[in-house]
Amino acid sequence: MGILDSKVPSGPLADKWTKHKNDIDLVNPANKRNIDIIMVGTGLAGASAAATLAELGYNVKTFCYQDSPRRAHSIAAQGGINAAKNYQGDGDSPYRLFYDTIKGGDYRSREANVYRLAEESVNIIDQCVAQGVPFAREYGGLLDNRSFGGVLVSRTFYAKGQTGQQLLLGAYAAMNRQINRGKITSYTRHEMLDVVLVDGKARGIIARDLITGEIERHAAHAVVIASGGYGNVFYLSTNAMGSNVTAAWRVHKRGAFFANPCFTQIHPTCIPVSGDHQSKLTLMSESLRNDGRIWVPAKAEDAQAIREGKLKPTKIPEADRDYFLERRYPAFGNLVPRDVASRAAKERCDAGFGVNKTGEAVYLDFAAAIQRYGSEKALTSGIKDPDQETITKLGEEVVEAKYGNLFQMYEKIVDENPYKTPMMIYPAVHYTMGGLWVDYNLQTTIPGCFCTGEANFSDHGANRLGASALMQGLADGYFVLPYTIGDYLSDDIRTGPISTESEAFDKAEAEVRANLEKLLNAKGAHPVDYYHKKLGKIMWNKCGMSRNATELKEAIEEISALRADFYENVRIPGGLNEMNTELEKAGRVADFLELGELFAKDALERNESCGGHFREEYQTPEGEALRDDKNFRYVAAWEYKGAPKDAKLHKEDLVFENVELKTRSYK
Amino acid sequence: MSGLAKTSVARKVVMALSGLFLVLFLLLHVTINLTSVISPDTFNTMSHFMGYNPLVQFLMQPILIAGVIVHFVMGIILEIQNKKARTVRYVKYAGGANAPWVSRNMILTGLVVLAFLGLHFYDFWIHEMNYKFVQANPEDPTRYYAETVEKFEPMWRTLIYVVSFVLLALHLWHGFASSFQSMGINNKYSSGIRSFTRLYAIVVPLLFIFIALYHHLNPITH
Amino acid sequence: MKLLLKIWRQKDGSSKGKLVDYPIDHIEGDMSFLEMLDVLNQELIEKGDEPVVFDHDCREGICGTCSLMINGEPHGPDRLITTCQLHMRRFNDGDTIVIEPFRATAFPVLKDLMVDRSAFDRIQQAGGYISVNTSGNTVDANAIPIDKHHADESFEAASCIGCGACVAACKNASAMLFTAAKVSQFALLPQGKVEAIDRVQNMVRQMDLEGFGNCTNTGACEVECPKGISLENIARMNREYLMATVKG
Repeated sequence: MGILDSKVPSGPLADKWTKHKNDIDLVNPANKRNIDIIMVGTGLAGASAAATLAELGYNVKTFCYQDSPRRAHSIAAQGGINAAKNYQGDGDSPYRLFYDTIKGGDYRSREANVYRLAEESVNIIDQCVAQGVPFAREYGGLLDNRSFGGVLVSRTFYAKGQTGQQLLLGAYAAMNRQINRGKITSYTRHEMLDVVLVDGKARGIIARDLITGEIERHAAHAVVIASGGYGNVFYLSTNAMGSNVTAAWRVHKRGAFFANPCFTQIHPTCIPVSGDHQSKLTLMSESLRNDGRIWVPAKAEDAQAIREGKLKPTKIPEADRDYFLERRYPAFGNLVPRDVASRAAKERCDAGFGVNKTGEAVYLDFAAAIQRYGSEKALTSGIKDPDQETITKLGEEVVEAKYGNLFQMYEKIVDENPYKTPMMIYPAVHYTMGGLWVDYNLQTTIPGCFCTGEANFSDHGANRLGASALMQGLADGYFVLPYTIGDYLSDDIRTGPISTESEAFDKAEAEVRANLEKLLNAKGAHPVDYYHKKLGKIMWNKCGMSRNATELKEAIEEISALRADFYENVRIPGGLNEMNTELEKAGRVADFLELGELFAKDALERNESCGGHFREEYQTPEGEALRDDKNFRYVAAWEYKGAPKDAKLHKEDLVFENVELKTRSYK
Repeated sequence: MSGLAKTSVARKVVMALSGLFLVLFLLLHVTINLTSVISPDTFNTMSHFMGYNPLVQFLMQPILIAGVIVHFVMGIILEIQNKKARTVRYVKYAGGANAPWVSRNMILTGLVVLAFLGLHFYDFWIHEMNYKFVQANPEDPTRYYAETVEKFEPMWRTLIYVVSFVLLALHLWHGFASSFQSMGINNKYSSGIRSFTRLYAIVVPLLFIFIALYHHLNPITH
Repeated sequence: MKLLLKIWRQKDGSSKGKLVDYPIDHIEGDMSFLEMLDVLNQELIEKGDEPVVFDHDCREGICGTCSLMINGEPHGPDRLITTCQLHMRRFNDGDTIVIEPFRATAFPVLKDLMVDRSAFDRIQQAGGYISVNTSGNTVDANAIPIDKHHADESFEAASCIGCGACVAACKNASAMLFTAAKVSQFALLPQGKVEAIDRVQNMVRQMDLEGFGNCTNTGACEVECPKGISLENIARMNREYLMATVKG
């Protein structure tokens, strides 16, 4: 085990969490009033944890770079949230959800964490309904479910295509209640730039007020990082423009190990890139794969004609279409997990069957669903012998009711009507499974520094299933962290307030200031985005959907060189003590330029294919991922040692006592 | 009124209720006026009743005056507050792109109607007070018709009346329907309510205009 | 295409601002409006000037961060979208585009096109929640069936993204639609009815304290709302408020 102690409790899987809750130390309510906690990030994980911690009695300070906690990027999650409620009576259970998640993650996550997640999933739905989250309902007034990729049951709860929004607003409301009670102080437009360690424990942060530019010190008994994922290391991703790795990375540089950085999720259904000006990619919810069929032309000449604008997809007869997911994976069809679907799309495009101008797109076609729903609707509406036009009209209405907002979004961006002509989609970076290493208590390797949500590595292994990120964020935030953090804080009841007037704070602040000044003083020729785009290209081309040793080595060299150039030649107008959006971006890109290199190093070290990590050297003859459980059944946790290339690898062996490791097959 | 007007929602309701009350009054007013076209005698009888019935004079009239005052004082308070809510104006503001002119210019149409009310008070109410209380003339149930028609002899006054009622129509076009929304009524009946209020906003001012023009064109020949 | 941008520049909250002309070329129809501003900013930085500061984040129309008054309309001329979803194909070669911040006394300008909308947060803090503990010890989610019609209406109200277009569009800078959306979301659910009286009174009080104007039912907010939130919600809030006054 080395120095990594996962602190997974002993005993049978199903009893571990209950037993752990009974065993850990608690802080009594009177003492909680004397304990301060800093929460960095106010997405689902951060907002829910902040609300519960404040409700328990702790004094919480929340920090977010956005102008309001409600704008954290959890808000953009579309499809839904999983919970093993078994309301549909289709045989679901916490165990099945646990099993699907472990298998979906390609056996690279911790059994105990995932089981706890599945166990708590049911509480989330109860909690959210009590908070007034308006989930979709059936006519009988009960909650509706839909199905997501990689599973054989319907366990996804949703609120149209805006589930993340509704859940985040629920958590934000819970936070607001505590703000109103004076238990949470919310610092918006603030960015955490360093964690402060006093006697080896996390005791505060250095943050910059993004409006005034002022550098501030904030002390607390514990610091929680809930700052989300680092998908923006690819420049183009479905993340928000401001999503960044800075909080997690600065913590990493102070001693927290960074786990599995190369585990990135490439989401199969995004709107394809249209040009160099593109600043972000837009996701089309996975729920669309419930009804849409994915295909490319079966004949290369048809694909060519489409690319040249000489042929319309609707003119291609059924026989000449290749529904490649249905062909390759008959059991799961269009609902295979994200990594599998993405790679299959890339494989077809690389083989020359891609369909838009760039050749990097496949079709997501609703024509069959429209006809099916139209006929059903005609039947239930009592229309006898409906003509084709009526069926299409009725079908389009049903599809609009289900996915209207997504279709509208698509039409706005692409300027094509997806009801009439198939959508074009292509994979894009969406989520990062890797993150700060945490133990069962969600504590990083720095005592007193915790990490939750997408920012940690814990629950999704090498691939995350759809509708599971919301589940993790809320389970950890509402039901896990608020209790496990007590185990650590029970030692702090006599500590008293932490002062910001200490050598540790002086030093951390001075370093933050020096770093910012260094960036400002470069006075070079290129804007920050120039470097970010270059980094993104390297990452996408060499560390993207498929990777090989040669390119990964090149990537390491290229990123390292780009980083050096960045510090020499970046140009940031404006000063330190004022609002300076370019300086904010520069700090974030500087961290991406380090993380990117560690990412490539991690991918190079992992000589197997698993989940979102596909190494071209390790594949079956049919082109499926070839996992190596003998040598790589571990979490790669990296210790910071100066430069990314010097990072030191620690391994946490993954022990599977309850599931049998199998080759993941969706055929 | 201060208690009622504490919050923005309450202020809306006060505007709506006083407005609705005035709308009702308009109906009464136009009905009586119409009789001046149809039957001068009926007009005289009704006018006399309105002028001398103590219930009307000492209860309804003060209520009416209060209603008018509440409506316009509140309207002006709202306007001042609304101006304060955006002290730096837009250089370019496309108000017409998302809201009809009438709804955005209630203060303008309202102030014109208010100015008209001034003239109207001067013409009739001050005259009545003068006649009844200052000069203490005896009751004369036959004088109203002639007095009214006489007022419309000058072109300028008739014109002012016509213009004012056009603006009243615009004010009602938005205000009448809007008062239901302010009181929380927005449901499946709302489109019906809107049609009715708009018909009302056109018909009632048109009748007033018709009456003014009718008397202007048909002066009493001595 | 070639455009002339007239952009509001203002150093900070205490400075005076003005419109500054920026001619720009090589804009493509596939660019989003914000990507067009990105292009401008890259040019400005390369010239050594300060970039135009504007709020933006998710760039997919859901976070509510982007704002901008474009030719006198919040989020520009299209309906049911935010500025980040507005594409340049909507404009023509040679157009002049005036870009200003959302203006309201309650939304003070921070810099250039960026405004402070924390007034919205404070309205929510005053009562935009259901007071249940987050302990997880609640009743089963299906214990109380909710009429689908009401659940859907509640969702429609809850889909507000808090961007402030309603305030920006309103000639009175009123925040009624924003406040009403939250009041409605809870008023339509059995869970929300318990503290309905306090909620509507507290939220309306805070809304007024922030210095927003009064609603005069022009309907501009509904037209400009990127999520199409209906005026019915304002009527519902008025109703709730009246009931609260009567009962409370």
